[in-house]
Amino acid sequence: MRATRDAFGKALLELGAEMPEVVALTADLGGSVKTDDFAKKYPSRFFQMGIAEANMVDVAAGMSTAGKIPFATTFAMFGTGRAWESVRNTVGYPGLNVKVACTHSGLSVGEDGASHQALEDVAIMRVIPGMTVVVPADYASAFAATKAVAKHKGPVYLRLGRPKVKDVYKDGEPFQIGKAKILREGKDVAIVANGPCVAFAIEAAETLAKEGISAAVADFHTVKPLDTDTLVKLATTCRAVVTAEEHNVIGGLGGAVAEALAGLKPTPMRFVGTQDTFGESGDPELLWKKYGIDAAGILKAVREVLKAG
Amino acid sequence: MVKMLARAGSGHPGGSLGMADIFTALYFGGFVRHDPKDPLWAGRDRVVLSNGHICPILYAVLAERGFFPPQWLDDLRKIDAHLQGHPAMNKTPGVELSTGSLGHGVCGALGMALALHADGKSNRVYALLGDGELQEGLPWEAFMASAHYKADNFCIIIDRNDAQIDGRTVDVMNIDPLDAKLRAFGFHTLTIDGHDFGQIFSALNEAAATRGKPTAIIANTVMGKGVGFMEKDGYKWHGKTPNAEQAAVALKDLGA
Ligand SMILES: Cc1ncc(C[n+]2csc(CCOP(=O)(O)OP(=O)(O)O)c2C)c(N)n1
Repeated sequence: MRATRDAFGKALLELGAEMPEVVALTADLGGSVKTDDFAKKYPSRFFQMGIAEANMVDVAAGMSTAGKIPFATTFAMFGTGRAWESVRNTVGYPGLNVKVACTHSGLSVGEDGASHQALEDVAIMRVIPGMTVVVPADYASAFAATKAVAKHKGPVYLRLGRPKVKDVYKDGEPFQIGKAKILREGKDVAIVANGPCVAFAIEAAETLAKEGISAAVADFHTVKPLDTDTLVKLATTCRAVVTAEEHNVIGGLGGAVAEALAGLKPTPMRFVGTQDTFGESGDPELLWKKYGIDAAGILKAVREVLKAG
Repeated sequence: MVKMLARAGSGHPGGSLGMADIFTALYFGGFVRHDPKDPLWAGRDRVVLSNGHICPILYAVLAERGFFPPQWLDDLRKIDAHLQGHPAMNKTPGVELSTGSLGHGVCGALGMALALHADGKSNRVYALLGDGELQEGLPWEAFMASAHYKADNFCIIIDRNDAQIDGRTVDVMNIDPLDAKLRAFGFHTLTIDGHDFGQIFSALNEAAATRGKPTAIIANTVMGKGVGFMEKDGYKWHGKTPNAEQAAVALKDLGA
């Protein structure tokens, strides 16, 4: 169990040596978003911007025009919410090479409650033309994703989490933006997941196997551009698709998958995520359970869609 | 409040303790007209916590005033609880606006003030802000509008503790000279010792008597006020809760 934000901090520190153009900005959350080590080692490449997220993102845009590769970091709520229009107009519209890297996404922010739980961020980042949206499943993939994001040219939203989550991959696992990973083959239902839900999907598939249901599991860490080849393959071998994400079922991975399949390979679907509701304060594990974002929630969705279809 | 936070295991003791004296003056000194039996009473004055993270002090005061049973304090930040990690107006009586994302609360508070002012009502609206929060652009947009509309029923109180998450405010992103900036934005300004009840009372009286412009009270406060080890470490206690041992020391320091 390790946190994706810690992987980000470690990768950023290494990027400091590997890519001299990389700079980091934060908005009074350096300790939480794990930029402290980078800041200590590369003080002249670190910018504390104060509690001013919209300004931070616009400043990052300006820096990118001067040859830097800026990582603008804060919590997902503020980096994508408060700063949305900065991302849309100053980063997205001109297609600048800015990385909006946000931690504390989803319900698993926990005790801080609904005001801090971004459950819409993937939707509002994905809707910006030219934006790449990456949601790593665990520590190893968040580490590799951070490196890949730095090398990728163009605007990226990198979504990271606060708590320690189950390790899905071994350290050193390669990561390619835009290429989904099939973690388990299956022929009845395909569970398409990202973030902490990848581990839940594997757990659900193991339970289903015992019941004689063959479930494929795929890590769709890149929500945009979506790997439609892999998606169509899954929808062709399986009768149904269930998406699972720590996000509202509207507009996120589920929305992206449904939009793609509607045009390419209409398939019965169910959506695991928050069901168009805000979160609340509480222990992350208990919140996941209450809002159906866990293996049990995925099982329920799979049973429903197989029964219906 | 210390017990509540120690039990919750997360939350923001530093700013909450630092604003305890001002909250006491507001709710027990007769400045905020309220009716715990009728939290939405039309004649009430409004207090909006733009720095929503210091809500433990608001909750403690609301419970003491009888807005809800004190047992609610035991479940702060727990799943299914009334008391959220940041104020939620639909879950907690006495909370005027849902806040927590810095910068918004003061703007919403101004909306209340402008609506009441336009209706010729005498209700007063107090917006509490952190000094780090002033690094956002939103508060300044509200400040400008409050002077533009001569909202003299509007009073902002700034928790000037020179502390935020990543360090001292002066080091993270300097906001000085604060008084001059607020005056330039059209406020009647007052700077006080936020732990001196005489100064708090006279500032609140002066704000209420000021006509034609909003008032800004810059309250110099100490993060973790009253608890020795918190006062010593300043900003480090912005968002860290005491363990059981530390809570016992804290309660002793506070004479509880
Ligand atoms: C828009 C926004 N950005 C960031 C945060 C995270 N955050 C919560 S409190 C805080 C520091 C606030 O500092 P200050 O206003 O001085 O309050 P104090 O530390 O004195 O209680 C930050 C950055 C937030 N809640 N909202």
